[in-house]
Amino acid sequence: MITKRIIPCLDVKDGRVVKGVNFTGLSDVSSPVDLADYYSKVGADELVFYDITASSDGRKLFTDILRKTASKVFIPLTVGGGINTLDDFDRVLKCGADKVSVNSGAIRNPSLVKEAALRYGSQCVVISADVKRVDGVFRVFAKGGRENTGLEAVSWIKRCVENGAGEVVLNSIDTDGVKKGFDIEMLKAVSDAVTVPVIASGGAGCIEDFVTLFKTLPKVDAGLAASIFHFGEVKIPELKKALAENGIPMRLTEEKL
Amino acid sequence: MTAIIDYGVGNLFSLKSSLSAVGEEAVVTSKVEDLNKADRLILPGVGAFRDARAALSSSGLVPCIMENAAKGKPLLGICLGMQLLFEKDYEDGIYEGLGLIPGEVRSISQAIEPGLKIPHIGWNALSFRNRTQLFKYIKENDHVYFVHSYHATGCEPYTTSVTDYGGILTASVQRGNVYGTQFHPEKSATVGLSILKAFVEIF
Repeated sequence: MITKRIIPCLDVKDGRVVKGVNFTGLSDVSSPVDLADYYSKVGADELVFYDITASSDGRKLFTDILRKTASKVFIPLTVGGGINTLDDFDRVLKCGADKVSVNSGAIRNPSLVKEAALRYGSQCVVISADVKRVDGVFRVFAKGGRENTGLEAVSWIKRCVENGAGEVVLNSIDTDGVKKGFDIEMLKAVSDAVTVPVIASGGAGCIEDFVTLFKTLPKVDAGLAASIFHFGEVKIPELKKALAENGIPMRLTEEKL
Repeated sequence: MTAIIDYGVGNLFSLKSSLSAVGEEAVVTSKVEDLNKADRLILPGVGAFRDARAALSSSGLVPCIMENAAKGKPLLGICLGMQLLFEKDYEDGIYEGLGLIPGEVRSISQAIEPGLKIPHIGWNALSFRNRTQLFKYIKENDHVYFVHSYHATGCEPYTTSVTDYGGILTASVQRGNVYGTQFHPEKSATVGLSILKAFVEIF
């Protein structure tokens, strides 16, 4: 049986891992290559590298780090942040990314998802959406969650999937950084609407939050989190063991550090 | 030395790195002399069958691959590279594969329960049908990483492992010196590296 995936997300700026709470207040955590290697060894099923660098120097540093990571970490690697063109896809795929996640780039250029899926295959294209409730409606936000695009989230995500996105990362701005659990209501709305894997992001604070996620929403394929993993508040081997004990299919590894 | 056949599709960086990780020298190449010189060949591949088949044909490497396979050189097809080893493929039409292993490549929708997500993406367990040399370092039910919408059918005599995704899917095959894995060993952590290690130990 296919297992549910546990995915640590590494926000990378100027070559270092950072994690914002509600997207502001960055604090340095560790070296991306070391952290990725550590996560792979303790049983992470996949990794997401998110490039939050704005400068071109930082971008070069990011691709160097990506290459270093891909040469020693052998689990699937998704890369996002600053993906606006097919050249951006090319740039990160050549450095060892397996999937590329698009966010604002797909909002600015609605044909990007379609063109990328045609060239690299749907399995390679992930639509990542930052979503927040505005007057009771799920709205897509751009620019790292700062700008309301006015797009209704479920129909926007559906359209991206029809255009060829092979996976959806749904990040709830409402629950992000709050550590009171995933946004079940929002995730249900999206996972009921699409037929591709949905990755839940935003709000996990403890092991129980993951158990609730997968028990309540069997259609959700993966849970993503950042700081709770980076700061050791939730340890991946313990998390996966607890999920397995709750009847959630898990890949349990015997790897030791 | 292993030659990773470069015919213009796919991310070969991870594959090359994973071979280095098991101590194997690997070259990513589209040169006939490299393929002839190598101890073994890997045929990678992602994307659509038609495009990959066309790219492989226009690379001019097909006769060289066929000759080396006929001489008994170990050949491993990975993911779409495994699908290319078969006779026929039914992805958006009917296409001829290399025909190194009897069987056909068909949509997994015909093999799995309705309502399941396609592609089959994620970690799934291997169930051995024939404990090929490739699996000498791994155990029944070890997990490997899959990303695919099509799989090989009608190849039961050559099936070495299967996986259960609401229906039985072909996970790996072997016919003599020709091997195929539907999953990605280069993305399957220690289990995957153990499979690659076993492959590079075959002479």
